[in-house]
Amino acid sequence: MFRNQYDTDVTTWSPAGRLFQVEYAMEAVKQGSAAIGLRSKTHVVLACVNKASSELSSHQKKIFKVDDHIGVAIAGLTADGRVLSRYMRNECINYSFTYESPLPVGRLVVQLADKAQVCTQRSWKRPYGVGLLVVGLDELGAHLYYNCPSGNYFEYQAFAIGSRSQAAKTYLERRFENFTDSSREDLIKDALISVRETLQGEKLKSSICTVAVVGIGEAFHILDQETVQQLIDAFEIVGEDEPPVPEVGDAEADQGEAAAPAAEEGAAPMDI
Amino acid sequence: MTKQQANWSPYDNNGGSCVAIAGADYCVIAADTRMSTGYNILTRDYSKITKLADKCVMASSGFQADVKALQKLLAARHLIYQHQHNKQMGCPAMAQLLSNTLYYKRFFPYYSFNVLGGLDNEGKGCVYTYDAVGSYERVGYSSQGSGSTLIMPFLDNQLKSPSPLLLPVQDAITPLSESEAVDLVKTVFASATERDIYTGDKLEIVVLNAEGIQREFMDLRKD
Repeated sequence: MFRNQYDTDVTTWSPAGRLFQVEYAMEAVKQGSAAIGLRSKTHVVLACVNKASSELSSHQKKIFKVDDHIGVAIAGLTADGRVLSRYMRNECINYSFTYESPLPVGRLVVQLADKAQVCTQRSWKRPYGVGLLVVGLDELGAHLYYNCPSGNYFEYQAFAIGSRSQAAKTYLERRFENFTDSSREDLIKDALISVRETLQGEKLKSSICTVAVVGIGEAFHILDQETVQQLIDAFEIVGEDEPPVPEVGDAEADQGEAAAPAAEEGAAPMDI
Repeated sequence: MTKQQANWSPYDNNGGSCVAIAGADYCVIAADTRMSTGYNILTRDYSKITKLADKCVMASSGFQADVKALQKLLAARHLIYQHQHNKQMGCPAMAQLLSNTLYYKRFFPYYSFNVLGGLDNEGKGCVYTYDAVGSYERVGYSSQGSGSTLIMPFLDNQLKSPSPLLLPVQDAITPLSESEAVDLVKTVFASATERDIYTGDKLEIVVLNAEGIQREFMDLRKD
């Protein structure tokens, strides 16, 4: 996209009927590190790539638990994502308090979308610069939604957002027809493989990805690093020279893995 | 011209008694399960005990509608705390939160007489006792509710440490074991049931210790 005379305000239409500020906000989502979601009839899995801004820092939190039955992964301006997660948590708590039952995820995404739309029609606001993959359960089963800065939302069988997400989408497009009846383990495996697709050659390790699951009978939770590493190893999608047991703090420091010293799981308090 | 009096009260007393006893590494919280209004029984099977956090349990007697509202509020606040701090609330933190929540309605109080029990940050048993507007204190044992006037003196007799100034010199109370504390609670409720008409039916006993939470029930007189 190039600069033009219609892109200064969100309240200015272009002659072609576009709101450039909103589209620029969607660009911000594409710049963020990848987040992927896939669902079966009974489970939904979220996986995301943890990109730390430098070797010295910890990575930003991209997956948030919103309620026992709802979770969200974000890509883009993580600060905006944090604020929206807080809003979602509040909505769930208030709904539970009033109705003594969980907020249906479909309602929540509509509320989120309406909130995003407001920011596309006020001259003193800017659109949220974050895309959200919202996963949740309701009486009909498991759902995956994508909420856009434009205020649109869509339901998906599987989706990927963020940088290099096209590689993951290509993989998912080939496989998505099988997802409805996938087992939980296969779903997680597909999620991890999709993450690997976005890494373009970089080695897949538990320290650079976060995985979360929610399902019927299983509350939303983020899998701990050990479990994820075991799953990665079990699926044998790691490169040839990867040692079988990665943590246990010996100086098996693999290439480019400086962010975490010995204890990989305890990288930073921001890590779940 | 006499002052006009209200002909309707927003409050009602549903009766019942609650007790909590703190031990070295456990806490026992108990309450009867009778819910009444006036001289009538509404139900014989109503729990006055609620778990607020992994290590924190509250028993409340008084007006159960206010108790329910209070429990819901605390549960919601606990969820928010968990989202913000990534951990469960400890008992002392919950104790302060309950106090603040009660005082917030200082001028239209929750008609709820609470006793909070759990494990403190070191794993020792702790009991906090409250009045209706949030004045609270950490104690070794406490009782609230319609039977508290009968129960508290007995607990004092059994559990209160003698003053070191007294002569002849008496030993400090030996600490109670968990099963002794549970037996004491059962005895105390059996006695209170005899004389307090609002206490009876069934006794619910919750024990909090390092292993987690256990619950047991004991029948009480139904008259």
